[in-house]
Amino acid sequence: MIELILRRLGGALMILFGVAAITFVLLYALPADPAVQLAGRSATAQTVANIRHELGLDQPLIVQFIHYLGNLVQGDLGRSYTQKTEVMTLILARLPATLILMVSGILVEVAIGLTLGTVAALNRGGFVDRLVMTVSFVGVSAPQFVVALLLLYVFAATLQWFPMSGFGTFSHVVLPALTLGVLGAGWYARMVRSAMIDVLNQDYVRTARAKGVAERAVILRHAVPNALLPIVAMIGIDIGQFMGGVVVVEAVYGWPGIGQLAWQAIQQVDIPIIMGVTLISSLAIVIGNLVADLVAPLIDPRIRAR
Amino acid sequence: MRIAREFLRRPTAVFGLVVVLLVVIGALTAPLIAPYAPDEQLFDGLTLEGAPIGPDAAFLLGTDTLGRDLLTRLLFGARTSLIIGVVANGTAVTIGLGIGMLAGYLRGPAGNALMRFTDLMMAFPALLLAIVLAALFHPSLWIVAMVIAMVNWVQVARIVYTETRGLVERDFILAERSLGAGHGRIVFRHILPHLMPTAIVWGTLGIATTVLLEATLSFLGVGVQPPEPSWGNIIFESQSFFTAAPWLVIFPGIAILLTALSFNLVGDALRDILDPTQRGRM
Repeated sequence: MIELILRRLGGALMILFGVAAITFVLLYALPADPAVQLAGRSATAQTVANIRHELGLDQPLIVQFIHYLGNLVQGDLGRSYTQKTEVMTLILARLPATLILMVSGILVEVAIGLTLGTVAALNRGGFVDRLVMTVSFVGVSAPQFVVALLLLYVFAATLQWFPMSGFGTFSHVVLPALTLGVLGAGWYARMVRSAMIDVLNQDYVRTARAKGVAERAVILRHAVPNALLPIVAMIGIDIGQFMGGVVVVEAVYGWPGIGQLAWQAIQQVDIPIIMGVTLISSLAIVIGNLVADLVAPLIDPRIRAR
Repeated sequence: MRIAREFLRRPTAVFGLVVVLLVVIGALTAPLIAPYAPDEQLFDGLTLEGAPIGPDAAFLLGTDTLGRDLLTRLLFGARTSLIIGVVANGTAVTIGLGIGMLAGYLRGPAGNALMRFTDLMMAFPALLLAIVLAALFHPSLWIVAMVIAMVNWVQVARIVYTETRGLVERDFILAERSLGAGHGRIVFRHILPHLMPTAIVWGTLGIATTVLLEATLSFLGVGVQPPEPSWGNIIFESQSFFTAAPWLVIFPGIAILLTALSFNLVGDALRDILDPTQRGRM
């Protein structure tokens, strides 16, 4: 177990190094020049050169990269070009908002996905099953920003049940979490249904039914726990995707999280922030997968035995 | 024939196919059937107060904030979505097939290195990467297509790799090899044909993902640039008006949803039919 964790952590470090290297090269090879952006439109060539020197952008790429890695090892993500603050401070300040959104979104996904997936599996081939499968496809095909805007239109602008945007109270979380959760639930429902159908065909379920275990207990005790495994794997993936991928939802709802920080940084070509958010997101993806792998044996004794 | 018959037996798949065909026809014939020109700011396209007009007899789906006909722009926007869908996803599937097949066939250190690289790409936050790349290049239709392709090939590579690994071990490949067939012949005549079902399924399902990603990038203003119409940038241009003119969000939104859904339904049906082991599962 310890060996597995260490090996996976080593792999994770390699991946993070690779992500850092690729992002670094991509960002510095791009046509957008942060020095020009910072200097403004009417700046002279001298001003631009000064800014470039000040930011260390006049050094060779490899020198810049080694310098960046050196700082990174010490937990230093550099300073923002525009806000003159440590990137780490900026990210940590935004982290709680994104985490709240992530956790509530995942809760909605799991609640809807588990319910619909179970109902569909129990009615396999029937009308309810087909309905759930079709609806879940609509969910995964719907553009997030349109759903976000429509929810705002109906529940915030027209009915005024929830605020249009912002952060702070429970009612602020509802619409963003629903947007993330309702759309993501489609994948969960399909996974759960698939896992449950597998289980319901197993001999031990037939045995349980044959010896007279109540149907309710068969489902709750034997079938549902097996569906938890793919759910844990999906949550692992979502943790990573939500960390870097809630840009749209945060932008529409004015949610002050990491996605919004990244979005502003992209528009201002604030490379240290873009680098920092990309790395944190990759870290979240790696941790998410790692946690899913570590939790799996706790849920499923068969994996523990291997 | 069997495939066509099985396909037609599924109402959802047929629905998907019909919508896909309608979108394709609409995009191809847009200059002929569109009631106005896509960039024309119509004289009577705005109210006296300068607000967009809701759906009526003259403008079936209403007009946008610049007084342009929304139906016309949606028809031309379908071209953007389909071009990007086909080009970006075609490129992604080709890259994925190439890398997956190469890694699965070579195995050893070279194959391993390729798959490690694929794993690395999987640890990238895809949407964030696409937004960064699209924003920092000067966005255009082709740049957006290439950015999407760069982000989307990874999954295909993983699946193709697993399948190729399995194929390489099979007897008929061994037989072929002992008969003296070269690598090129084995890969292109014997492995590639077996991967076609996967390529077809992902060639269809992937278009749904691509259409959604393009719309998202354009909605954020880093995708296809106005005045060239795209379903995403129509919503981008009118989002500050959406409480006053909700049709400017609803109709393009429906277009995106229906198109993505239809490609998903068709692709899902193809997966069921072409890969019987998956039948009735996902």
